[in-house]
Amino acid sequence: MNINRRQLFLLSAGAALAGTGAIGVAPAYADAPAADKRIAEFAGGKAPATGKITLTAPEIAENGNTVPVAVKVDSAMEGDDMVESVMILAEGNPNPDVATFHFTAMSGAAEATTRMRLAKTQNVIAVARMADGSVYMDRKEVKVTIGGCGG
Amino acid sequence: MATPKPRVKVPKSAKAGETVVIKTLISHQMESGQRKDKDGKVIPREIIHKFACEFNGKPVFSCDMEPAISANPYFEFNAKVNESGKFKFTWEDDNGSVYTDEAAIEVS
Repeated sequence: MNINRRQLFLLSAGAALAGTGAIGVAPAYADAPAADKRIAEFAGGKAPATGKITLTAPEIAENGNTVPVAVKVDSAMEGDDMVESVMILAEGNPNPDVATFHFTAMSGAAEATTRMRLAKTQNVIAVARMADGSVYMDRKEVKVTIGGCGG
Repeated sequence: MATPKPRVKVPKSAKAGETVVIKTLISHQMESGQRKDKDGKVIPREIIHKFACEFNGKPVFSCDMEPAISANPYFEFNAKVNESGKFKFTWEDDNGSVYTDEAAIEVS
């Protein structure tokens, strides 16, 4: 039998698809309720308001292994106007937690950037908790071309 | 795995009260605990789970990391400097290792 490269690729892709079909969805992905639960814990029962916090992430991430994500909170970072922590969540990952940043008066500005993994197209959420207990939230959808959980 | 190598970028000098941008990177594979080896066994999680930055012994910024942080974790954040001194950076690995780096800044 004569198989060229393209046919081989199609065959293996077919096999891979059949494989996942047989096993079913292997990793149990977290869903929106799991992320909502984490937000409620982080917020200490308060309903998050919109505004103040800005989440920056690409609209389309080609590689889910390294997706740049930045958060910025409008705050003087002095006295009562202080950001304590910012939590980043990814609704569609096997585990919604991504990272929690902790700021102090020495931070000067409540801004941070890092890189995260995303398993699939999903909403990314950033929640900020201020020193006075108020909570702010921002959400952004990121389309992922290749998932980054190595499954 | 090679020993993780931290790299930090801190401006050499700043004016008193200025907010400076700090960038850090450390080489680490951040094994998520989700991947499987070729025998189908789950590769155990091994990540750096905590990063912290101090200036002259006072906390500036810290981060709790989960497996969803990419390999070679990168951070960019700010610090307000009022005096000359030293930044100290620490990364805590799941395996108990702690990696540190330092950088000095001259404040005029």
